[in-house]
Amino acid sequence: MTRGHLLRNIFRVGFLCLVASFVLAPMLATVLGGFKTNAEIRTSAFGLPESWNWEFYDSIVADPAFWRYLGNSLLISSVAVVLTLIVGAAAAYVFAQIKFFGSRMLFSYLLMGLMFPFATAILPLFIKVRDVGLLDTWWAVILPQTAFSLSLAILLFRTFFEQLPKELFEAAYIDGCGYVRFFWRFTLPLSAPILATVGVFVFVQSWNNFLLPLVVLNSREVFTWPLGMMQFRGEYVTEWNRTLAFVTLTLVPAIVFFLAAQKYIVAGLTGGAVKG
Amino acid sequence: MATAAASRQLSASERLRRSIGNGRVSAVLILLPPALILFTLFVILPLGESGYYSFFNWNGYGSPTDFVGLENYQRIAGHSIFHKAIGNTVKIVAISLLIQMPLAMVMALLIYRKTPTNALFRLVFFLPYILAEVAAGLIWSFVFDGNYGVTASIARSMGVESFFILADRDWAFVAVMTVIVWKYFGFHMMIYIAALQSVPEDLIEAGRIEGAKRLQIVRYVQLPHIKPAIIVSAFFAIIGALQVFDVIIPLTNGGPSNQTHTIVTYLYTYGLTRLNIGFGSAVGVILFIAAITVAVFYQRVFMKGDKP
Repeated sequence: MTRGHLLRNIFRVGFLCLVASFVLAPMLATVLGGFKTNAEIRTSAFGLPESWNWEFYDSIVADPAFWRYLGNSLLISSVAVVLTLIVGAAAAYVFAQIKFFGSRMLFSYLLMGLMFPFATAILPLFIKVRDVGLLDTWWAVILPQTAFSLSLAILLFRTFFEQLPKELFEAAYIDGCGYVRFFWRFTLPLSAPILATVGVFVFVQSWNNFLLPLVVLNSREVFTWPLGMMQFRGEYVTEWNRTLAFVTLTLVPAIVFFLAAQKYIVAGLTGGAVKG
Repeated sequence: MATAAASRQLSASERLRRSIGNGRVSAVLILLPPALILFTLFVILPLGESGYYSFFNWNGYGSPTDFVGLENYQRIAGHSIFHKAIGNTVKIVAISLLIQMPLAMVMALLIYRKTPTNALFRLVFFLPYILAEVAAGLIWSFVFDGNYGVTASIARSMGVESFFILADRDWAFVAVMTVIVWKYFGFHMMIYIAALQSVPEDLIEAGRIEGAKRLQIVRYVQLPHIKPAIIVSAFFAIIGALQVFDVIIPLTNGGPSNQTHTIVTYLYTYGLTRLNIGFGSAVGVILFIAAITVAVFYQRVFMKGDKP
């Protein structure tokens, strides 16, 4: 019994390690590749570099364009998060607190964004953004992104707001506190966990978005980091080590952010998914 | 509750005065419109315009005047590359259901219990999911590079002539699907893990006492219990397959000879880069109909009785 148990455990760990190496090997090769000369990458894609060349990493870190790409992305994502949280929470609050004629219909209307992919409307979006003169500005990314995030945000917010104790509102109401003030003073501060979950999700989505910036941004000054990375790759087609160093440097903030926000990412993922 | 009763005892006129004074109406008028305007302007209106533009032959400049009826749709329906894109999307769905989800399930069953080692493996398997698709695509375009890549090294060390997988008509899409499995199985695994952790321990214990084997417990206790999670994860896999774009661009950009297009890369390539706004919009409409069909079908078949 115990021997079978041991054997099974060895098997299990062995299999886990096998899959883990399938997952990690490409990333490891990427990180190491940034230290190698191209000749060395050619002969050993996996091995440790013969000498650790920091120059490729250094040259990217010293390039103001790299930081500008990251800065642009940070700005766009942050504004999208703030807008989504405020606008989405305000609407969800109305749906949770106030019953009025047509509220169910408007709620369903706002949830329609959950049903279809962003890409379906990308061409008219491009035309619209161009016609209002927002092409090549941050707003061209921020506003559509916020609008598309609203559906999920409103759905999650409303569920959460409805679970807040009703007595609280009634007490505040008796004391003469109005709806709008109650929203600012009580609902928002009490909803920190759900705000964080949705905020993290919107942030990640916006930070990684590729299609929308690709369509509406043209000049390098406003590029987000995925666009900057593709641009960089295009410039150094034959120099894999530079591209790999660039990719590695963009992995770092993603992983740090994930480790910091892991709780919210996993909670949002599983909570949202399991509830359907 | 006591305060609720008190407020109910207020006279009707008092309640009316309060409801106006406390801004019930103005609350609706202040808090709701920003969401409605943003959503209408940037989601619903463009969607409607997609439908409208799809009936025109239009390059995006001036206003659409060259009405062509259903010609765009006919051209799409007869376009072999579009057929390829649809076929590839179906392949992604198949790979997701047949390889990715079972793999995710096996991993979930192996590490769903809360131990430090399991937490570490969970983190590792979830890692690809948090990377940007573009970054994942670039990493794997290096792995598959016939000159410098990892697969090339492996091939050379085995004494085989290395070749450019991503430039091979038959193998390029296999490579793309490998990347998709690599990127997303951790996501499905996390869904299963959360569900498996909610299976009552007594049920499993009871099965064990009755002498059920490990596999029997999986088959008769755990899997039935987490069926809703499996249904949801399959839904994400199908909807996700309809949207694949970011990964393809750095990997193959739709090539070689248009073998690896998906619906969205097709839309991008033939609609936007060539400024065939009418044609591209028609592709968008088809994508929309596909997504809605999947959603409605899914709700009818699998989620019946879940919601009132």
